[in-house]
Amino acid sequence: MKLESKIPQGSVDTKWTQYKSSVSLVNPANKRSLHVIVVGTGLAGASAAATLAEMGYKVSAFCFQDSPRRAHSIAAQGGINAAKNYQNDGDSVYRLFYDTIKGGDYRAREANVHRLAEVSTNIIDQCVAQGVPFAREYGGTLSNRSFGGTQVQRTFYAAGQTGQQLLLGAYSALERQVGLGNVTMYSRHEMVEVVKIDGKARGIIARDLVSGKLERHFGHAVLLCTGGYGNVFYLSTNAMGSNVTAAWKAHRAGAFFGNPCFTQIHPTCIPVSGHYQSKLTLMSESLRNDGRIWVPKKKDETRQPNDIPEDERDYYLERRYPAFGNLVPRDIASRAAKERCDAGYGVGTTKMAVYLDFKYNMINKYGRTEASKRGIQNPSEDVLLELGKEIAKEKYGNLFDMYKQITAEDPYEVPMKIYPAVHYTMGGLWVDYELQTTVPGLYALGEANFSDHGANRLGASALMQGLADGYFIIPYTLGSYLSKEIHTKPISTDHEAFVEAEKKVSDRINQLMGIQGKRTVESYHRELGLIMWDKCGMARNEKGLKEAIDQIRALRDDFYKNVRIPGSVDEFNPELDKAGRVADFLELGELMCWDALNRNESCGGHFREEYQTEEGEALRDDENFKNVFAWEYKENNQWELHKEELNYENIKIQQRSYK
Amino acid sequence: MNINLKVWRQRNQNSEGRFEEYKVQASPDMSFLEMFDVLNEQLIEDGKDPVAFDHDCREGICGMCSMVINGRPHGPKQGVTTCQLHMRSFSEGDTIVVEPWRANAFPVIKDLSVNRGAFDRIIASGGYVSVNTGNAVDANSILIPKEVADEAFEAATCIGCGACVSACKNASAMLFVGAKVTQLSMLPQGQPERQARVVAMVNQMDAEGFGACTNTGACAAECPKQIPLSVIANLNREYYKAKLNGK
Repeated sequence: MKLESKIPQGSVDTKWTQYKSSVSLVNPANKRSLHVIVVGTGLAGASAAATLAEMGYKVSAFCFQDSPRRAHSIAAQGGINAAKNYQNDGDSVYRLFYDTIKGGDYRAREANVHRLAEVSTNIIDQCVAQGVPFAREYGGTLSNRSFGGTQVQRTFYAAGQTGQQLLLGAYSALERQVGLGNVTMYSRHEMVEVVKIDGKARGIIARDLVSGKLERHFGHAVLLCTGGYGNVFYLSTNAMGSNVTAAWKAHRAGAFFGNPCFTQIHPTCIPVSGHYQSKLTLMSESLRNDGRIWVPKKKDETRQPNDIPEDERDYYLERRYPAFGNLVPRDIASRAAKERCDAGYGVGTTKMAVYLDFKYNMINKYGRTEASKRGIQNPSEDVLLELGKEIAKEKYGNLFDMYKQITAEDPYEVPMKIYPAVHYTMGGLWVDYELQTTVPGLYALGEANFSDHGANRLGASALMQGLADGYFIIPYTLGSYLSKEIHTKPISTDHEAFVEAEKKVSDRINQLMGIQGKRTVESYHRELGLIMWDKCGMARNEKGLKEAIDQIRALRDDFYKNVRIPGSVDEFNPELDKAGRVADFLELGELMCWDALNRNESCGGHFREEYQTEEGEALRDDENFKNVFAWEYKENNQWELHKEELNYENIKIQQRSYK
Repeated sequence: MNINLKVWRQRNQNSEGRFEEYKVQASPDMSFLEMFDVLNEQLIEDGKDPVAFDHDCREGICGMCSMVINGRPHGPKQGVTTCQLHMRSFSEGDTIVVEPWRANAFPVIKDLSVNRGAFDRIIASGGYVSVNTGNAVDANSILIPKEVADEAFEAATCIGCGACVSACKNASAMLFVGAKVTQLSMLPQGQPERQARVVAMVNQMDAEGFGACTNTGACAAECPKQIPLSVIANLNREYYKAKLNGK
């Protein structure tokens, strides 16, 4: 099978406009008889479901949580990018496009990214119109801040709860359509199989997580908006329920998986504190606007951070990357933290942490401004610090409180201790320009697809992509497919394809329930996570990846012999739900290792130790790997690798430098 | 630390529930839910049924976790969800009583897990601005004073967990409804539907079986996002205004 990316002809800045004005439309009367299934109700899913329903399609939306409002987009903290240039600092669609391609280390499609930058401005308008209370200046205009990998201020935000506010906006639009009867909402439902008829996606099998019953749902098209798979690492900043199951079932049904090894390790998370730990908590990248990252210059430093004088601190990001300083992209900041800790300069009880220190900017940036605003002459350092704390509280209050709650340390008084953690997956289902997977009628949106972030996502770009896909892209591109489906009558769910798919699911569940071994699901997940983190995490090498593949296979075999799932099939049974998800992670983990093993270069978040510059930076190989790896599932966990060449016609590719 | 737990166990919505006692070894740095993870692993290894409880983000924002701990929704600390409560807030040898949200409008699904679909239906009845995708004007074309934006934001931080309902002796949802009504009634974008919205949402709230408000303030005291009681005053004001206008 040949990969068709369906990128429109023409120059990059006219492709999307051209596409929109020439794509086939579906007339309003026909829309009413077309049924679309949307799985997942985060930013991508909720915005897609709401918009498609507004347009007249009949929509069924599914989420595994108890309400669509709880999807993990809600936890995004820092902000959302848009090329509004409200700050008059030289921003433009082109610059956002350029920064995103460069930030992704030249492993994303130009046409997709340019489109993303184009629609970014509409997203902000739409959200404000919905009543999303973004942060504002005293004059009433919207406020912006900076994020990593850029030199302009283009990030819109609502304190440290931007994802929450954007998701509640999309959720309210979705609930409005539920109220109007255009969307049927299925909460506490998990998609467990794609149903294909004559090669096209025609529906799903969903499991009602309360009753345990399997349900068949028909749709003319199926949209997967099911997020990322960072939980394959067990410990990540993802929600406990975030999983790969829907995407994995799609993959096994014929959808290629793109760049699975491209995972984002976020530099600023609260470090691991004990073996019982269930998840890691992010401290927003926006903190790097005002927090300076450092470690002591001396190994095995025993003094408290506030007792270490300035000249005995190593502000290693400012030292290594003077042009971007603390605001280098995430992959670079994470690796630099690992480098210092591995070299023995880490802090805290585990020595696997670095300081994120706000004192300097609280005094010098905010304290001084406030002092002069209030007409305080020659303020002492203590006065400046107190004034600065007030501003820090306004900007980051909820994050500081959360940090204190978790660690019992007060970041207004002592520097935060942070360490990198798994946060986001750039990889995902391979999609063409229309967001369609390799299965006709099956689409992937938001983090669930691989498309826009290359090998490293810039901060505040995930919210942008999720909403772009849902509000502004799928409503157009879906028409290209559905305009040819207007003669397709709803297919009865008694069709044999539905019957077979349901049987496949129930056999799978019965197999899991029948094992009745000795080990908990959780213990397998934890063990898988350790393998992934050690061997397919921040740094990878050939030997480690090969070992990991063997270990994962052995663990998977053991899982099917020895897992214990309590309770029964026909009741609310969260352990059974988790078992199904972990079973899929045990397959995905292996594929991620194969992907990392075959990509003999370093790029973005994928760092192969064999391929680095003398200064320890990622060493790309554009000759051989300026492409997307798209994996086709074959029987019994065998895969075939396909490659999509990436062409850069508008941006000259070069070694990424933030020095 | 050694902790004694008395946990509400209920097989499903229609069966009777009861407290069961467990002993669990915890560490002070564990979160309350991680302590429940440890308990559940123990129960599974002993061949017993683990305790069902709702949780997802575990960083205090999704609103899914929902335990009444020693009689208080989300436990003893102010401004904190169950998932952000840590065992260091308890002492060696403590006995902790854990129950689900209790309200007619939130039927128990199993153990500590309840159905909060009523909240979604209240939002569906009017908790939105009717603006189809693509209809928006430039975001800076309508200026909003910073104080107004900040206050709307404060109301908008509600996570829809339902602690307010659980805390209220009448199981009233006025804080939840008031928060959304306040957010949208303050902003210029919410004006066209301002009166219809409040009436529709209050009607739906009543239809779901939530109780009346008697201004005891327990909701605001227990709200993990510290939504102020003033949103209820505002809700009443908005409702009367709409009613006086014949909505």
